Amino acid sequence: MNNIKKNRWKDQAFKFWGIFCTLLGLVLLAIFIGSIIVDGVQRIDWDFLTSLPSRKADRAGIYTALMGSVWVLVLTTIIALPVGIAAAIYLEEYAKKNRLSSLLEVNISNLAGVPSIIYGLLGLEIFVRIMQMGASVLAGSFTLALLILPIVIVSTREAIKAVPKSIRDASFALGASKWQTVSRQLLPASFGGILTGVILALSRAVGETAPLIVIGALTYVPFAPKSPMDEFSVLPIQIFNWISRPQHGFEVNAAAAIIILLLITFMMNGIAVYFRNKWQRKLK
Amino acid sequence: MRRIKELVIEKALLTSALITVAITAGIILVLSFEAFAFFREVSIVDFFTDTEWTPLFSNKHYGILPLLSGTLLTSFIAVAFAVPVGLSISIYISEYAPRSFRTSIKPALELLAAVPTVVYGFFALTVVTPFLQSFIPGLSGFNALSAGLVMGIMIIPFVSSLSEDALHAVPDSLREASFGMGSTKLQNAFRVMVPAASSGIVVSVILAISRAIGETMIVAIAAGQQPRLTLDPTVPVETITAYIVQVSLGDVQHGSLEYRTIFAAGITLFVFTFLLNTVSYRIRKKFQEKYE
Repeated sequence: MNNIKKNRWKDQAFKFWGIFCTLLGLVLLAIFIGSIIVDGVQRIDWDFLTSLPSRKADRAGIYTALMGSVWVLVLTTIIALPVGIAAAIYLEEYAKKNRLSSLLEVNISNLAGVPSIIYGLLGLEIFVRIMQMGASVLAGSFTLALLILPIVIVSTREAIKAVPKSIRDASFALGASKWQTVSRQLLPASFGGILTGVILALSRAVGETAPLIVIGALTYVPFAPKSPMDEFSVLPIQIFNWISRPQHGFEVNAAAAIIILLLITFMMNGIAVYFRNKWQRKLK
Repeated sequence: MRRIKELVIEKALLTSALITVAITAGIILVLSFEAFAFFREVSIVDFFTDTEWTPLFSNKHYGILPLLSGTLLTSFIAVAFAVPVGLSISIYISEYAPRSFRTSIKPALELLAAVPTVVYGFFALTVVTPFLQSFIPGLSGFNALSAGLVMGIMIIPFVSSLSEDALHAVPDSLREASFGMGSTKLQNAFRVMVPAASSGIVVSVILAISRAIGETMIVAIAAGQQPRLTLDPTVPVETITAYIVQVSLGDVQHGSLEYRTIFAAGITLFVFTFLLNTVSYRIRKKFQEKYE
């Protein structure tokens, strides 16, 4: 009897420990976001978004960094999207089970685990030096495109895999070729899932700092980029630059810029989750 | 005509897939080419045995050990924090919590991994370090402890999500048999479910370690930039990744020995994470066969 009571008690104790752990991370995140909002929110106004960087903390803005992030995001999407989706279609619909396809599998799984800073070293040597792009928006976008490629491929494959086999069979039965089946049936049917994966991958790209520092993105740029070959900075690098300065004014700026960055990241995640739910309901 | 079109499309798709192989080949070639040039000037024995790393000073030493110890120290703190917490979360969600809780809490936890790392660095430096200083006297403004703990928060979802998937995949018959024998939820969790899902849990832990070793911005911001061979979590250290950032921010000439140090450091990092990822991939493949 005593033993049973003890076991029941342990069971209850673990239950509360589990609840505590589950909430721990989220509560810490909430505390942190709260403290950042307290620090930074009064600094955010139209001027903060549209001013150029400055040595004086209270006059500095994030315009150039924000524009840099937008440029990089657009170019990264243009580069990574077609290649990622094409590779996923190949692996899911065309590849036969042989050594090549298992090599591709292992390789993609490994690439997804390569630290982002290593992609920076790759980009520095290949795009910045050998292809002589310099520390340009284009070089940064290529680097980030390689970084998110495995994520795009994996999520696209899952989306295509989720399309019921009956749709493929029906299409082939009507005499459609493989590519007709892929382009007119599978891609439209998996569009929501692909979109979700792509948005999540891009939200990762928006927050990346290290690889862009390695390829030589600037911590101080006086002007927003006007072409893909211009030098650039991005929002996370601007934040990093402000964090590393001793004056308190810059810490406030960093907090304010973090609020903007988090807004962008969380918004993208929210949109992705929305599309995923909508698409999953449609698929059923 | 249609045949040819189909063939061309298939080849184009295959080429896209092969680009991923080219990326891996590119990484290995670039790293080994520059590292090879580095090791022509610095002996590989010194690299692994010298206890000082001072390539940016006039008295130059090229021993990777201080960077390695910094990397392992911060990663160890992160993993020691994230694994017990993440594992408890996964057990709670799969064995205790109501089903509806699972679908809402998992995306919420994954938000922890979606926060950009530069933001976590700011958190470590401006919130966690001052907080720890209030009861750890002598804690330096830059230290491995605070960076490691915050990194731990970041990797919680890596552990909890994958472990939960593994626990979820265990057939219900095992659970029912265990309850039928009169076990409590706790006994069932630790004596039946965790052993049954052990390969998946091991994979999640390995991936978390690999993630911690490669993490850059948190340690670059909050752990300091002083390479130091120590296991003391209260003093500034430098990790491999933080060193690469430090050099990249400075004005280092292309082709110089300083420039090559970041590739020598990079290849060390790459080898570590590559081994961890390969091991986890192998285990995962085996595990999938077990239950499918």
